[in-house]
Amino acid sequence: MADKSTNVIVDYGMGNLRSVEKALEQAGASVIVSSEPEDVRRADAIVLPGVGAFGDAMAHLQKRGLADVIREEVTAGKPFLGICLGLDLLFEESDEHGLHQGLGLLPGRVELIRTKLKIPHIGWNRIAVHKESRLLAGVPNGSYFYFVHSYVVAPREDSDILCTTEYGCEFVSAVERDNVTAFQFHPEKSSSLGLQILRNFVS
Amino acid sequence: MLSKRIIPCLDVRNGRVVKGIRFVDIRDAGDPVELAAAYDREGADELVFLDITASHERRETVVDLARRCAEQLFIPFTIGGGMRDESDIRKVLKAGADKIAINSAALENPDVINRCSKRFGAQCIVVAIDAKLVELEPQKKWEAYVHGGRTPTGRDAVEWAREAVERGAGEILLTSMDADGTKNGYDIDLTRAVTEAVNVPVIASGGAGNLDHLVEVVKEADADAVLAASIFHYGTYSIREAKEHMAAAGICMRLLSGPQALA
Repeated sequence: MADKSTNVIVDYGMGNLRSVEKALEQAGASVIVSSEPEDVRRADAIVLPGVGAFGDAMAHLQKRGLADVIREEVTAGKPFLGICLGLDLLFEESDEHGLHQGLGLLPGRVELIRTKLKIPHIGWNRIAVHKESRLLAGVPNGSYFYFVHSYVVAPREDSDILCTTEYGCEFVSAVERDNVTAFQFHPEKSSSLGLQILRNFVS
Repeated sequence: MLSKRIIPCLDVRNGRVVKGIRFVDIRDAGDPVELAAAYDREGADELVFLDITASHERRETVVDLARRCAEQLFIPFTIGGGMRDESDIRKVLKAGADKIAINSAALENPDVINRCSKRFGAQCIVVAIDAKLVELEPQKKWEAYVHGGRTPTGRDAVEWAREAVERGAGEILLTSMDADGTKNGYDIDLTRAVTEAVNVPVIASGGAGNLDHLVEVVKEADADAVLAASIFHYGTYSIREAKEHMAAAGICMRLLSGPQALA
C-alpha cells in the first residue's frame, strides 16, 4: 500500500498522458494511468487530461464505462482536476463538429473561441484570478501559463469562474466549484508555476 | 495577451549537446536534459532540440532524446532531425515531444505535412525552412535549401512557407542561411516576407548577436518567437536579461519576476 494518496490519470485514448504523469510525479504524487472504472473508484483523486475532439472523447469515456464512474465519484466529493479537454468535458454540451453531450457536472457549454486572432490559441498567456482557490496558492495574479486550444467554456454560473484570459476577447481559462477544478491551460507544460498548481492539488 | 517567445536551440549528437554551454549551476554541460532544465529555470519559453547524429543511427537517438526530455522538462519542446515519415514522427510524439520539426522530408514529400497534421494536429507540426538570398532585384527572393543547407531545391522560400501552411503546418521555423552565424542580426526582410505570407506563428532564426536584434525582428518583422543558440550557450546574455530587454522595449514577454514588471 502506498502511504500517500493515489491520483488516477484517466486514460481514454486522447493524447499523450506522459507529460501529465511525469509532472504529477515531480509534484510529489503517487500516480497511476488507467482506463479501468474500478481504478477511478479506488483512487483518492481524479485527473482528466486530454487533447483532441470533444465528441470522440465523450464516446471513449462512455464506451469504457468511465463517464458514469467519474460523475458518481465527483458528485460524491472526490477531488477532480481537469486539464484542457478535461475542462471542456465537465460541461453539458459542445458544438465542436456537431452537438455533443458532455459529463454535465457543471452548467454551461463549450464553443469555438470568438476572436479575430489566430486559432488555435497557442502559447504563453496570463490569467486574471477571480476568486480564492487552494490550487492557486503561491501563484500570483497575472501569471503566464501555456495554452493550446481552439474551444472555450461558457459557464452559466459566474460563481464557477476561477480565471479569465485575454486573447482578442476575454474567455474563461479556469473553473472551480467545491471539489472540482479545471484549467484550459496546461500546468504540466507551464514550468514552475504549473508544477506549483499540481503540488497544491496533490498535497 | 499572448507573449512573444524566446527559444534556445540545442544541437545534439549521439545524445550529447554539441556546442559548449556555460551555466554555473549544472554538472554536465553535455547532457541535453540537464541543460534544458537550466534554461527552463532561467525562463526559456520553449526549447528546440536538433538531432544531428549521423543519419543512419538517428532514428533511435531522436526517440530516446524525446523520451528523456519528457521525463524532466515541464515546458513545451520541439524535436527535429531526420524524421522521414509518419511513423518516425509518431514515435517521437508518443515519446513525449510536444512538436516535431521537419525540413528535408517535407520538401521532398510535402504530403507528409497533410497526413501528420490531420493525424496529430497542426499544433505539433513545425516546418523548418532554411532560406538563402538568391535575387536582389527587382525584389529580394530566397531559395529553400535542404540537407543542412547543402542542397538547393529551386523552391522559393516564401512560396514554400505558404504551401506548407496550406498543407497543415502549425508553425514555421525560419532560418536565414545568410545571417546564420554572422551575429549581425536576423534577416528582417526575409522574416517579414514570411510573416506577411502566412497566418501561423513564425519563429525567426539565424543571426542573433545582441539583444537589440531580438527586439528588431519582433517589432520590424512581426516574428512570434526568436530562436537563438550561441548568445545564450556561451553566456553572452541570460534568457532573463533578454526578456527584460525585450519587455523594456514594449514587447509582451513572460517574466519570471512576476506580472508587476509588465504593468
